[in-house]
Amino acid sequence: MTELPPFVPFYAAALLVAATRGRLRQAILLATPALGALLLLGAQEGVHWQLSFMDFELVPYRVDRLSLLFGYLFHIAAFIGVVFSLHLRGTGQHVAGLAYVGSALGAVFAGDLVTLFVFWELLAITSVFFIWARRSSRSEGAGIRYLVIQVLSGVLLLAGAVMHQRATGSLAFTYIGLDNLASTLIFVAFGIKAGFPLLHNWITEAYPEATPTGTVFLCMITTKVAIYALARGFPGTELLVCIGAVMTCFPIFYAVIENDLRRVLAYSTINQLGFMVCGIGLGTALALDGAVAHAFNHVLFKGLLFMAMGAVSHMTGRINGSDLGGLYKSMPITAGFCIVGAASISAFPLFSGFVSKSMVMVAALDQGHTGVWLMLLFASAGVFHHAGIKIPFFAFFSHDAGIRTTEPPLNMLVAMALAAFLCVFIGAYPWLLYEALPFPLDYKPFDGTHVLAQLQLLFFSAAAFTWLKLSGVYPPELRSTNLDAEWIYRKPAPRAIRSVGARIQAFDAAVRAGTLRRWSGVVGALSRHHGPQGILARTWPTGSMVLWVAVLLGASLVLYYL
Amino acid sequence: MKDEKTHVFDKQGNVRRVVHVLTVLCVLLLGADFFFHRHVSHPWEGLWGFYAVFGFVACVVLVLLAKEMRKLVMRDEDYYDRADD
Repeated sequence: MTELPPFVPFYAAALLVAATRGRLRQAILLATPALGALLLLGAQEGVHWQLSFMDFELVPYRVDRLSLLFGYLFHIAAFIGVVFSLHLRGTGQHVAGLAYVGSALGAVFAGDLVTLFVFWELLAITSVFFIWARRSSRSEGAGIRYLVIQVLSGVLLLAGAVMHQRATGSLAFTYIGLDNLASTLIFVAFGIKAGFPLLHNWITEAYPEATPTGTVFLCMITTKVAIYALARGFPGTELLVCIGAVMTCFPIFYAVIENDLRRVLAYSTINQLGFMVCGIGLGTALALDGAVAHAFNHVLFKGLLFMAMGAVSHMTGRINGSDLGGLYKSMPITAGFCIVGAASISAFPLFSGFVSKSMVMVAALDQGHTGVWLMLLFASAGVFHHAGIKIPFFAFFSHDAGIRTTEPPLNMLVAMALAAFLCVFIGAYPWLLYEALPFPLDYKPFDGTHVLAQLQLLFFSAAAFTWLKLSGVYPPELRSTNLDAEWIYRKPAPRAIRSVGARIQAFDAAVRAGTLRRWSGVVGALSRHHGPQGILARTWPTGSMVLWVAVLLGASLVLYYL
Repeated sequence: MKDEKTHVFDKQGNVRRVVHVLTVLCVLLLGADFFFHRHVSHPWEGLWGFYAVFGFVACVVLVLLAKEMRKLVMRDEDYYDRADD
């Protein structure tokens, strides 16, 4: 029984959920992650399922420490997500939620690249319903773009996997390393899902457009599968250090000026993924442990922040910083949970972000990456600024926008309480998490130097915010769209395609018209010569023939004499 | 909203109190650099007030640059919804 792959119960439950309603459905939804987690607790390390398919050795179920940690994580995420969306009456999002988490579990326990590809694409297909469920024209477009980008990532993965198999003779998903075209394709495929710079826009487009409950699932799963894949396939790849450092820094500028608070969180997701990517690139045991631990914590605190914003948008129908403010009066509990999430993402000591992020920073310093360390430090101050202060401040405090509402439904509060508890628990007692990390770890998170340094950094960032806000320098929240890399495929690319299309159409029309003209000319000439009145269609009298023969003979006679 | 009870931050005094508490905490944390000997892995870390100054300057630079960035990247809210040309 323990050999049952973890994705099976989730897919089975997704089918059951589609067929049931009411209390029974809620019971199935809640029981699935709980029973799945029990099943996983009994799982032994090793290969549990192997099969041959068209000469390929497939390993659909393999367990080791790394996949096990992500397996537990996704069960926790599924439980939180299910509780948060328990009030939904529709069926679609419940089915999508379980199938989505099932696909993520399939991906992290996949022992070969083809199985990984299958679940990689299923992740995309199951999750797009969270975006389409908004049923607006905006979300429809965002969903299509999301699907195209995600499927493209899968196609690159499959192409890379096939080439990798040709080159090495193996499909096994182990260390790949960046050294040829095959591995580059796989690297880019992972990079798209991990939100590499310029490939990141699906995150900032999809998260704000999905339903309040759907975003919670989205933000917890897809990017973490990518982090898992990078940690397995490309640990110690130098390029990842630079990519990660860039990812930590550029989104915070956008986060400061962005008005849609869920898009602020999307940018801050890229920033946090940057820390993980950087850790994977550094590749030491401490850095990899740090990256994986941060992925674990990020699921919880980013989930919590998205839940808080989801609750706000569920209750008020608004999500822009310019429309919100003063909600602490009517949603004090939600505000409290949001602050716990904000403290965790900002890496306040005793909150979860602190015990994992500092591992990556220490690893960067240990390896002499001073520039990278300074960028990470800048990003740490920045993340506190936009996620730690801006999100709770503009939603719950700031000027009173006059909104009077109530706390969200009980299930939403319970889900937030669960995530908040885990954030504080891991932050105060990180050793349980440390024990589950892939590499043995001797790291003391709470030494005086770290704690003091982090507190100074955070409090002086807060002082900077306060000073800028009081002096009126801080940019106001404005209704706006900020151009990012998606501009390329949303404006000039369609325009270019349209203009090329128009040109091809014009050329095509000209060629057709020209050909027709010429053809009718030919037909005209033929009918002139061969038609009923044509010169060649006339009957010639024999006399004229004899005359012409006489002329020819005469001419040849003359030539003969010459 | 006359019959509504006043909340914590409706009173300006309370807002001022928060700012004062923050200022005191900042001063205390900076002061701790005098007494606390840190074991550092990078020479800059040992500089007096390094993290404090870095945090403050980083945030101010971040916000000022982001403000400038608005001139470059900010468009109307319906920018992408509008049909082209």
